[in-house]
Amino acid sequence: MILTREQLASIAALARLDLSASEVPVYQQSLSSILNFIGALDAADTASVAPMAHPLPGLSQRLRPDVVTETDHHEEYQANAAQVAAGLYLVPKVIE
Amino acid sequence: MRDFHRNSLTELAAGLRARRFSSVELVRAYLERIDRHQGTLNAFISVTREQALKDAQAADRALAAGGGGALTGVPIAHKDIFCTRGVRTTCGSRMLDNFVSPYDATVVAKLKAAGAVMLGKTNMDEFAMGSSNETSFYGPVRNPWNPALVPGGSSGGSAAAVAARLVPGATATDTGGSIRQPAALCGITGFKPTYGRVSRYGMIAFASSLDQGGVLTASAADAALMLREMAGFDANDSTSVDAPVPDYVAELAQPLAGLKVGLLKEFFDKGLDADTEARIREALRIYESLGAKLTEVSLPNLPLSVPVYYVVAPAECSSNLARFDGVRFGHRCENPKDLQDMYRRSRGEGFGAEVKRRIMTGTYVLSAGYYDAYYLKAQRVRALINAEFIRAFQSVDVLIGPTTPTPAFAIGAKTADPITMYLNDIYTIGANLAGLPAVSVPCGFVHDLPVGLQVVGPHFSEARVLCAAHAFQRATDWHTRVPQGYA
Repeated sequence: MILTREQLASIAALARLDLSASEVPVYQQSLSSILNFIGALDAADTASVAPMAHPLPGLSQRLRPDVVTETDHHEEYQANAAQVAAGLYLVPKVIE
Repeated sequence: MRDFHRNSLTELAAGLRARRFSSVELVRAYLERIDRHQGTLNAFISVTREQALKDAQAADRALAAGGGGALTGVPIAHKDIFCTRGVRTTCGSRMLDNFVSPYDATVVAKLKAAGAVMLGKTNMDEFAMGSSNETSFYGPVRNPWNPALVPGGSSGGSAAAVAARLVPGATATDTGGSIRQPAALCGITGFKPTYGRVSRYGMIAFASSLDQGGVLTASAADAALMLREMAGFDANDSTSVDAPVPDYVAELAQPLAGLKVGLLKEFFDKGLDADTEARIREALRIYESLGAKLTEVSLPNLPLSVPVYYVVAPAECSSNLARFDGVRFGHRCENPKDLQDMYRRSRGEGFGAEVKRRIMTGTYVLSAGYYDAYYLKAQRVRALINAEFIRAFQSVDVLIGPTTPTPAFAIGAKTADPITMYLNDIYTIGANLAGLPAVSVPCGFVHDLPVGLQVVGPHFSEARVLCAAHAFQRATDWHTRVPQGYA
């Protein structure tokens, strides 16, 4: 199976990745070979097997008392942001 | 005693406690070695010289006052995947080139609390996606045994640094072999604990059901000492296991005689290099001479572990790396025309080729219409492999075999075809899929390049696996060999 340019463009769009014109054929080829490679899984008989999401089965989600444990670090955290103002993260205008 | 780098981490910790030398002397000596060899090896992304010297002074004061922990004053390095407060944490990516972590990973905090002094952050494959350290934004790391060769990956910087004795121990992470494979290729000891044993908090996520933190050291005894300080329950990691941590150092003394060793038939397949196999067979004879009982076992679905991994890991990676959107942290493109353009160009520019490949593979296998055929199917085969491991451990105590199919390969030799690169991890991925503890120890040479022997144990058998590695190292001296120019 070989992914078409359109299929690759749709995957890149879903993944929010801008690809250059030269990257497209490279990924078409390598993603296709990876998909063929993982096609080997079809041979395994898994009719009666439950999917395993996690190596520690039976681990239940821990809960903690609903009390405030975090303190305000927003200035420290926002020091890593590209653009902030008045404690808010700035992004390009979304609504005209 | 001034040739500090000829001592093990355990000896250095003891020497500091006995005040035979100071942490400042020790740290200076290792920083000097880093300066001398960084140009050749490129093992570090950041060297935290000033902070290291300050921490060493504090360690010396603590030791003078009769205080300190198990590692007080001992220099270590952290793989640049672990968040370090106030220190740049890049994960080997342009995406995080300017990221200064506002907090410490639990592993970093625990080693700090034990007194260890960080010398710097080590180079790695970008977001830990690679088996050769060639995907790093900061350039490839070179193998100290031969600078034309790769050190393995993704923890290639930590492995090269320990092999060249630029640091006596370093942290690392293992998602599909990223501790054990570089340990094998660099001739050192690499230990991956049971999934859940070491906290993943502050360890930048790649594939959350597989990622596990561990150590790279010269010997199993050193690994036991570091691991004892790193392991344990952490409320900040929802998959951290709340179980007591044994004293791995004390457990090393357990006798090996009677140990039931399983030889995994699938580990001795046609892909295994004949000379590498010869070293592994010699190592198995040593185990026999130490009183171990060898039997062959088979895990028929194990050969499917690489295809399972290349569905599960990219799927989890595509989800984990969705957070890098140019908003709260990480690279943002210049002059975005709208929000979508900002996401797409920030990610397109910030991520390297292999990371993009895995994000797209993951996006595809999780997308509507393909989820059942790929993702659920892979999770079902993962369950089969896990069940086969559990069954094998009903009749044997540990499984022993090769860590990698071949010794280190040339830089650039496997970059053209991702599948060829992925197959490097054919013997290591199984332990990640099942969440098992595993170690790689040096067991000889092929054409002057080190070969790694892998020991895998059942869940939470860290002590047994380390003990089996330690017994081998008491009977051999492969782990004391240092590459020429670094002795």
